[in-house]
Amino acid sequence: MSTAPLLQIRGLGVYYATAHGAVDAVNDLDLDLGAGECLGLVGESGSGKTAVLLAIMGLLSSQARLRGNIRYRGTELLGLGAPALNALRGARIAMVFQDPMSALNPYLRVIDQLSEVSRVHGGSSRRAAEQRALEMLESVQIGEPERRARQYPHQLSGGMRQRVMIAMALMAEPEIVLADEPTTALDVTVQAQILSLLQQVRARTGAALLLVTHDLGVVAQLADRVGVMRAGRLLELADCERLFASPRHAYTQTLLAALPKLELPA
Amino acid sequence: MSNRHRGSWIAGGVLLLVALSSLIVPALSPYDYYTPQLDLISKPPMLQGGHLLGTDPLGRDLLIRVLWGCRISLLIALVASGISVGLGVLWGATAGYAGGTIDALMMRTVDVLYSVPFVPFVIVLTVLFGHELWLMFVAIGAVSWLDIARIVRGETLSLKRREFIEAARVSGVRGARMIGRHIVPNLLGVVIIYATLTVPTVILFEAFMSFLGVGVRVPLASLGSLIADGASDMQAHPHLLLVPAAVLAAIVYCFNFLGDGLRDLLDPRQQS
Amino acid sequence: MSTYDASMLLEVRNLRVSFPVRHAGRSVRVRALDDVGFALASAETLGIVGESGSGKSTLARTLLRLNEPEHGQVRFRGLDLLSLNGTELQRARARLQMIFQDGIAALDPRQRIGATLEEPLQVLKPELSEDARRERVLTVLARVGLEPQHLQRYPHQLSGGQAQRIGIARALIVEPELIVCDEPLSSLDVSIKAQITALLLELKRELRLSLIFIAHDLPAVQLLSDRVLVLYLGRVMEIAARDALFQRPRHPYTRALLQAVPVPDPRIARQRRAPPLAGEIPSSLSPPSGCVFRTRCPHAIERCALELPVLRQLGDSQVACHRAEEL
Repeated sequence: MSTAPLLQIRGLGVYYATAHGAVDAVNDLDLDLGAGECLGLVGESGSGKTAVLLAIMGLLSSQARLRGNIRYRGTELLGLGAPALNALRGARIAMVFQDPMSALNPYLRVIDQLSEVSRVHGGSSRRAAEQRALEMLESVQIGEPERRARQYPHQLSGGMRQRVMIAMALMAEPEIVLADEPTTALDVTVQAQILSLLQQVRARTGAALLLVTHDLGVVAQLADRVGVMRAGRLLELADCERLFASPRHAYTQTLLAALPKLELPA
Repeated sequence: MSNRHRGSWIAGGVLLLVALSSLIVPALSPYDYYTPQLDLISKPPMLQGGHLLGTDPLGRDLLIRVLWGCRISLLIALVASGISVGLGVLWGATAGYAGGTIDALMMRTVDVLYSVPFVPFVIVLTVLFGHELWLMFVAIGAVSWLDIARIVRGETLSLKRREFIEAARVSGVRGARMIGRHIVPNLLGVVIIYATLTVPTVILFEAFMSFLGVGVRVPLASLGSLIADGASDMQAHPHLLLVPAAVLAAIVYCFNFLGDGLRDLLDPRQQS
Repeated sequence: MSTYDASMLLEVRNLRVSFPVRHAGRSVRVRALDDVGFALASAETLGIVGESGSGKSTLARTLLRLNEPEHGQVRFRGLDLLSLNGTELQRARARLQMIFQDGIAALDPRQRIGATLEEPLQVLKPELSEDARRERVLTVLARVGLEPQHLQRYPHQLSGGQAQRIGIARALIVEPELIVCDEPLSSLDVSIKAQITALLLELKRELRLSLIFIAHDLPAVQLLSDRVLVLYLGRVMEIAARDALFQRPRHPYTRALLQAVPVPDPRIARQRRAPPLAGEIPSSLSPPSGCVFRTRCPHAIERCALELPVLRQLGDSQVACHRAEEL
């Protein structure tokens, strides 16, 4: 792993001014993401984990107030102007959203949405972009890619839509992939496929993965390091094995204890 | 809440003011709405002499006539709207919840009634029963419930599938109790909006009927008949048209505004 | 099992439920459940697991007669539930209750909690006096760990966990013989899930409840169930005692399902495991011929496409698989 982290977050604060005072979504967060690393960010709903991803991508609503720094390869992301941010988004830093049905444009065919990424970021010709899109669909293990590419999102199953989202994220060969609960909406057997796919993708592309989820089982399988969030704060950050074996923060312990574990024959 | 709904509060206040004035002021005024004063024909608004808004072609005080007009118009509006909303909600909710043949029968009835041409209908009624005030209630109420029935049925169909309705079914709730306790209260938001849209429609309807000469009997006046009278003389005496028209417009505008505020007021989720 | 066993609390046989669905401009019938059968004894908990398209929610609704099946039998202590008319069904509702998936959505947003809890008693136990009703409401409220102040609240003022407790209270208040739980944990946060699971476990033991616990969350099913039924695309794949199912799964789908559950322990999670089950759940619009699982089954043979496997006894489990013995 290279010495300088790819993504460096210092003192990140995200808050909203409401009629009842300021509401903190994220409070004083410090986080590093190294090249090729998988960092799992775990928390329950309202912990602020999604807000962190949205802050990195510059996708928070205009009512959100931000504090702190997010540096990608030294470039400050917060407050970055639109042209510079757009050059990074989708190209160097990509995102996989939780609900593919909302994240994919229902009016565009799969191939059009995928090739759009190449054309916007690489300036590829339509033909080249479509070719790459088909390759991408194959690499995420979508059967009959030519047929699927011509379909609309609603014609695909949940698992397939999620694969398309992953393919879309990978189109421009990003260094960092942000994933917001990528398997939460999926059946458990499909989830297993997608997790396996994410592992392969990481191995193949060397991209770093910042994975946000409430499922500790998912994190156990994929993450190198794990951060536990609650009410906007990062309570504990440790190597995956250490966190599960000997959690230090009381909340982490509660979270782990609350998990019913499936007792299977060894 | 008051910030967001300031408009609604003001509208409500204005309406209340108009309603109260229409009840109180005529009792306090020396003038009545029917005694002609032939020496003061069609006088424009004047500050002295007591006729603040002028007089009509028969010398009657226009302010009093207009306030009486408001009284009649609001009465018809509220009673007729009350009838139509009540009937429409019960009809639509029952049809929607019952489903199947009952739904089909009830809604086909609505369709048939929809096709009855309204104006000839009212004219026929007037010919048969004369220019009676209650006729206005019945005629208007009998027609405007159709829209509400349709809307309510649609809402009921989507409400039926919601989890809390299923939960109520599992608790043994059915039939009239389901409709009365769970369906109708959850329709209130939609119903209020439609009711406050119905009221201005009814007022305008009545105005139109009076304009056509079918409606309240002279010397009683509604805003519509006043507008009709004023329109025929508007070149020479514009105040005869402008005053009742402005009042009608203000009332209709206020009712439209009121709907939003009322709906939020009755929603438990808005009261935190 | 050709005659009905009145000592069994619930017996379901050959249940088939289908729905009309618009597809490609035409109206077709989709089979949500096909030939589903099982039995439940008193004070027993049957866990029903399945993924999307398995028909588990449809099953819950059909047992409560929120849906009407097109074929099959449901007998509740010998009483034929499906043939009851309106009044009889209402009487039966006092004996058979349900806990819904989304606690808040299952509550009338315009009604206070107190009124919602009292309603089942008003309708199903009209013989109770007002005082008796109030007392029951307070008792059941305490039983699920809530305070009397919650009675004055509206659903939107409750948290997900609190709303689900109310759902449980409402199911318990008429003292039913059987409660069907339709994914009661799905919309809850991790720590709240644990609390509600613990509550259900406690109530189950204390009140000797008979439950049908429907979920896609396998660890919770393992915790609460005595027996488990596995559904796939509307058909029963396997029924077994809890330990038998989790320790010695017989059906290839059950095995794949257990394999796929993420394990919150990195040492185990990262071991070389069998590759995940390939393929997708087929569309209910055109289910595979023969065994519905064959399109994803690593052990499928020709026979699987031609012949529908029948649920049969194998050791202490019931399995619907042609190759169950050899695997």
